[in-house]
Amino acid sequence: MKKLLLSLVVLLSFMLASPLVNAAADLEANTPAISAIKASMQARHGQLASFYTSGAIGLTKDGLIAIKDASAVPLKDRGGLNGLVAAENADRNHLYKEIATANGHPEWQAEIQNTFASRWIDKAQSGWFYQGASGWTQK
Amino acid sequence: MMKKWILALAVAFILPACVTINIYFPAAAAEKAADKIIDDVWQLKNGEKPAGKSSEPKTLEPASTPVNSAQ
Repeated sequence: MKKLLLSLVVLLSFMLASPLVNAAADLEANTPAISAIKASMQARHGQLASFYTSGAIGLTKDGLIAIKDASAVPLKDRGGLNGLVAAENADRNHLYKEIATANGHPEWQAEIQNTFASRWIDKAQSGWFYQGASGWTQK
Repeated sequence: MMKKWILALAVAFILPACVTINIYFPAAAAEKAADKIIDDVWQLKNGEKPAGKSSEPKTLEPASTPVNSAQ
């Protein structure tokens, strides 16, 4: 009986300690798949940067990008911009999914996406647009 | 009898608790991972915002567009 109680106490202390251990752990984000997505996004950013600055595109509140003001782009470049935005969003969705699965928790994808959403906006250059609580806001 | 009962109780309460702890989302670690990836993608150094990186004016003002000689 005493032994049983003791094992219960040990189990309970494990239960209390494990969230702390979990919180300190790092999230795996260095798989080959994630590196490949990162490289693709890095290369694309060179093309996207001026569109962020001109306000043609902005950061959405769900961790993606969207066209905010197509008129800031010459008509002939709009098709290309659409393609860039679609490719960037595909990479971002893929990235969030990869991080979740790389850590053995596919169900974390939405939370990872939310975390990224606020970090993209936080790290954006001033002058760039992002979706705030009341629509597009300039940083 | 009593022993069995306590064991059953322990299994009933502790096993689900362990599962719950395992799916706890590490928010701080996720932020750290996100910051690192964003720094890489946007080529930011030490998480700083590259305020001076695009210092050249990129506005699409009429004054800065070249005169269109085709018309």
